[in-house]
Amino acid sequence: MSEETQKQAVQTTGHAWDGDLQEFNNPLPRWWLWGFYATVVFAVIYWVLYPAWPVGKGYTTGAFNDIEFTTADGREVVSHWNTRALFYKEMEEARTLQKPYLDQLKAASYREIAVDRDKSAFAYSMAKVLFADNCAACHQAGGAGIIGQYPNLADDSWLWGGTYARIEETIRKGRHGFMPDFADSLTPQQIDDVATYVLSLSGIEVDAEQAARGKAIFTGPEGGCFACHTREGTGMAALGSANLTDSIWTIADVNGAEDLAGKKAAVRAVIANGVKREMPAWENRLNDTEIRILTFYVHQLGGGQ
Amino acid sequence: MKHESIETNSGLLIVLTLIVISIGGLVEIVPLYFIDDTVETVKVDGVDTIRPYTPLELRGRDIYQREGCYTCHSQMIRPFRDEALRYGHYSLAAESQFDHPFQWGSKRTGPDLARVGGKYSNDWHVRHLVAPRSMVPESIMPNYPWLLDTPLRYKDIENRMRALKMVGVPYSETEAEYNANVERFGKEVADMLDINYATENLVKQAQTGNYDLDNTDITEMDALVAYLQVLGTMVDFKQFDEGYFATFR
Repeated sequence: MSEETQKQAVQTTGHAWDGDLQEFNNPLPRWWLWGFYATVVFAVIYWVLYPAWPVGKGYTTGAFNDIEFTTADGREVVSHWNTRALFYKEMEEARTLQKPYLDQLKAASYREIAVDRDKSAFAYSMAKVLFADNCAACHQAGGAGIIGQYPNLADDSWLWGGTYARIEETIRKGRHGFMPDFADSLTPQQIDDVATYVLSLSGIEVDAEQAARGKAIFTGPEGGCFACHTREGTGMAALGSANLTDSIWTIADVNGAEDLAGKKAAVRAVIANGVKREMPAWENRLNDTEIRILTFYVHQLGGGQ
Repeated sequence: MKHESIETNSGLLIVLTLIVISIGGLVEIVPLYFIDDTVETVKVDGVDTIRPYTPLELRGRDIYQREGCYTCHSQMIRPFRDEALRYGHYSLAAESQFDHPFQWGSKRTGPDLARVGGKYSNDWHVRHLVAPRSMVPESIMPNYPWLLDTPLRYKDIENRMRALKMVGVPYSETEAEYNANVERFGKEVADMLDINYATENLVKQAQTGNYDLDNTDITEMDALVAYLQVLGTMVDFKQFDEGYFATFR
């Protein structure tokens, strides 16, 4: 009986399929209906506050919802609500928080940063992130580089100079490392002689007679190696020419070679093929403070000069 | 149309459903084509600095797509502080105006590449593409050694440019189109966009650019590195006030 009453209370849509298949026409639940009205009200409020409707070649930009921010160069800007203005606001807030620290770093000399624990701790933690994002792809996470390809920043040998000023210049402007190839201008025997001499500079035991022949080529017009590496083989930071006397090998993997023949072959390959390396310039990618912080970090990585 | 006739006719029901659903998409997308601010104005000294790709870069982009780089790398830096700190200035709509299809994305298995241009040396890119783990030990990127050995196919470069021209990329073929490009991008760029000199320009750029560190041949590596090195480099943001690009949104 109760089923009968229900059927009578609810109306049907009025159409029937397959003879007797009918459809109830129940009213929408109250909670659902009011929920629907609420979304309509929300939409209208949203249209007023946020960019919403296209109008001709523009659009409604929203009202009562402006975003105010101060740019890095100190201009006050008021913008209608949009995600880019929100971004500048976000940047401004972070800038304000970091400002006291960054101002200190800006005003202090590198030496002052190094001896002040607060300053160096701040610079160090900021630099680690910068280094990971920008430098580690070549110089590797710890700054140890890749032998033969990218210089080790964690040792005490600096191709382009290890003073703060030189490191900053390197980061700012980038570097082009270049050594000509001698495969055509020297005979294989001569190259072998020079390689022998170069190994002897770092105290590796070699045939003295052959090293003397190599020295003649190194310091003479035939090889002309001294023009960049100096007569003593100590290199010149101004040219980025390597110091050959310090047992630190950045391109020829001498320390990785097992025997003298292997060491010689490594050096011979560099002399024969030359060197062409490039570090990109960062002055357009990083700001002055970031470059300063990175300079400080790289300098202390290798115990700079 | 009666309710009953729609409900009893599934073909009609499908068509009408599709129409109703597509309205939702159309009202969101279509107005963007008519709003002036959708694509930002990026002019320095009256010249558009964002230009279509040169023939070599274009072939590089083709290879980028062929190898499926986009499945792991997006080219869209969003306006968030963390993204700006890691990748650089947020991407502009204008920067992908000549991309067909665009390379935006929200899934990053690898880092975003929207501003990778100039960040690393050519040398690094070559080594990294051949064997990523030799440069980045923790990388999970596959090796792409064949790029260095495969000669670049570019005899169809003119047709590739013509195809893009059909969808609105301003490569020039006639004198008038060339002059319009000179006006818009400056002469140097307009020369590179001339379809009549596409092969010549491609070969010249590959040989002078030294992208794969070997000038004796033009490989797919030349093209891909040329493309990677131009990504995100066309706008000099120092020329614009901070906040300028917010006025377009």
